[in-house]
Amino acid sequence: MTFNNIVAVAMSGGVDSSTVAAMLRGEGYELIGLTLQLWNQRRLAGHEGMPEQVQGRCCSIDDVYDARRVAEAIGIPYYLVNEQERFEADVVRPFVSEYLAGRTPIPCSLCNNHLKFDQLLLRARQFGADRIATGHYARNEYDPERGRWILKRPADRSKDQTYFLFGLTQEQLSRTLFPLGGYTKPEVRELAAQHSLALATKPDSQEICFIPGGDYKQFIDAYLDEQGEAMPDTSGEMVTANGEVMGRHAGIHNFTVGQRKGLGVNSTNPLYVLRIDSAAHRVVVGGGDELATRKFRARDLNWIAIPELTGEIRAEVKIRHRHEPAAAVIRAAGADEVEIEFDVPQRAVTPGQSAVFYDGDEVVGGGWIS
Amino acid sequence: MKRIYMDANATTPVLPEVLEAMRPWFLESFGNASSIHQPGQRARAAVEQARAHVAKLLGCRPAEVVFTSGGTESDNAALFGMVHAGEHLITTAIEHHAVLHVAEKLRERGAEVTFLPVSREGVVSPEDVRRALQPNTKLISVMYANNETGAIQPAVEIGKIAREAGVRFHTDAVQAAGKLPLNVEALGVDLLSISGHKMHAPQGVGILYVRKGLQLEPMMFGGSHERQRRAGTENVPGIVGLGKAAEMALENLNSGGVARLARLRDRLERGILAAVGGAGVHSGGVARTANTSNMYFDFLEGEALVIALDLRGLATSGGSACMSGATDPSHVLLAMGVTPRHARASIRFSLSKLSTDEDVDAALEIVPAAVARLRELAPVNAGTLG
Repeated sequence: MTFNNIVAVAMSGGVDSSTVAAMLRGEGYELIGLTLQLWNQRRLAGHEGMPEQVQGRCCSIDDVYDARRVAEAIGIPYYLVNEQERFEADVVRPFVSEYLAGRTPIPCSLCNNHLKFDQLLLRARQFGADRIATGHYARNEYDPERGRWILKRPADRSKDQTYFLFGLTQEQLSRTLFPLGGYTKPEVRELAAQHSLALATKPDSQEICFIPGGDYKQFIDAYLDEQGEAMPDTSGEMVTANGEVMGRHAGIHNFTVGQRKGLGVNSTNPLYVLRIDSAAHRVVVGGGDELATRKFRARDLNWIAIPELTGEIRAEVKIRHRHEPAAAVIRAAGADEVEIEFDVPQRAVTPGQSAVFYDGDEVVGGGWIS
Repeated sequence: MKRIYMDANATTPVLPEVLEAMRPWFLESFGNASSIHQPGQRARAAVEQARAHVAKLLGCRPAEVVFTSGGTESDNAALFGMVHAGEHLITTAIEHHAVLHVAEKLRERGAEVTFLPVSREGVVSPEDVRRALQPNTKLISVMYANNETGAIQPAVEIGKIAREAGVRFHTDAVQAAGKLPLNVEALGVDLLSISGHKMHAPQGVGILYVRKGLQLEPMMFGGSHERQRRAGTENVPGIVGLGKAAEMALENLNSGGVARLARLRDRLERGILAAVGGAGVHSGGVARTANTSNMYFDFLEGEALVIALDLRGLATSGGSACMSGATDPSHVLLAMGVTPRHARASIRFSLSKLSTDEDVDAALEIVPAAVARLRELAPVNAGTLG
């Protein structure tokens, strides 16, 4: 399939996506700048536990102005596309529900799957662009031998965002440009400066975009308060793996697997959350050595390098953003589910996070830890 | 790409004659209209000349014209200047936010406010106004023409009701100026707001008509400008431009300019309806300003259509320009009983005296193609729209 020369650039007002726009402009594409308006940071101000003045970066007026100035400077049309309702339904709601169910969600992957590479691509195509470009650190290329689009880790391993991109379909990969995949972050800042982008020195954003300061518990309290919903009572016992009751806790959403701080129990050895039994409202704790897991399952899979898994394969498996992929066997285990067995048990396999399978630089596929 | 502008209700270009009239007042003829010296005297004369042009457009005395920074300031000055805690304001659900948000603020400060509903065609009923009257009613504020649909409100009838009841009447005539005759006696208004840039004067200048003898508490304090009704050095070039624009608007009204606009607008509307299924016109069954057409297109989102049209060179609006980027569907369409989904599927075309038959021809090429493209790639929930 041949695509037209029109590309919609997903612009956040940050350095990366602004540089993408400037780079592609120089390569002769016809560009349309789009910013997704996903969330209104002021919305929860003053609700339960949230200060009256919320300072946040997400979709702020300042970021939109930055993106607009870049678009103006490089001479491309630019539009703000309002997707607040979809973002709430597809990202914020599930994020809250997952925590309340004792899991630890990854909103960035949901956003990529439902907003950036779905709705944004749709909008781009409605506006006449066959493809989109984003500032993600990742690489994609078509492999004629396999007849598949392949997603690969970027040149700058420290900025690798492929973990959040495992859900991309072949169609989405074919219609996406990742112009930063071959560059390191310092090189991108250098490029931004070469293109005279005033924001070349703007700091990176790190936190979950809609939770300024990263206090997700405060966010959940404020969101439920705004929605007029009571916080479900999931308080219960904190127990060891042997069933010994160590104390009580105020609600399972306050915990994530591997957490050590804020458990509220005294022990001579450091204690960690081993797992969360959401049905019984029980938080199971134990020593660091008990945190390691050899086998677990993942479902709602997406395969990229292969059409589907039959039998088993060996791959390196990454179980959270900051985890170094570890060697494992992946076996088909029923409909849309796999069993993963690490060669060496890994710490804190956390339900709600994703497991992404790598073969060297290539993303084989991935799924959600169940 | 040839660019076609159909968003005149958001703003209009300054006409060359208007710019020419303004030009000397930035340069060789600069002067503060309050100064004693001759440059100041000339500036004063220019301001008063402009005031006379505006008075002619409104059929009022020059002394009743107060220059402001625009429609929003005029609306704020009228409402805040008239209504106090314990007093009652009658207005409608379809006002511009420059009135609606002031009314809400007045309510916070202890005034009583009635927001009247409108018909499915977006028109308020004079009988509803009469029924809403209370012993403490101080002001009725009803716009003359709606900015989003163009629907003309029964200002003359409301003016009569106000006079009979001894209540003051303000109308936001921002979207009527230049498109409808604006005689303050015929309308029976005590206060009337106009914005310069909706009628080919520059942005940043407007008018509040204040009936002689009306006690209006000023919002701005400082010098004794504008007969102590609006402190602040006069925007001489802007005011001169507004005077020229008022003069030209009156000429245009008297020489069939409105009928020409209506013909263009109707051709645009009919052409789109003939080429595109699942579309319709809001307030299509009532009298509207001749330049405005608010249309809905099933199975798409107005915001996306506005962008798609802009990329093809046609500038339109999803509603009020002040709303862009906002998530809420138009409060005007919702007040008319339009469903939120349908309200979101609506866009506004608004023409100006600079619009041409060629513009309409081009729009009739662009709109059906853009709608078809959007519908072809409509989101999965398209089937539930409507």
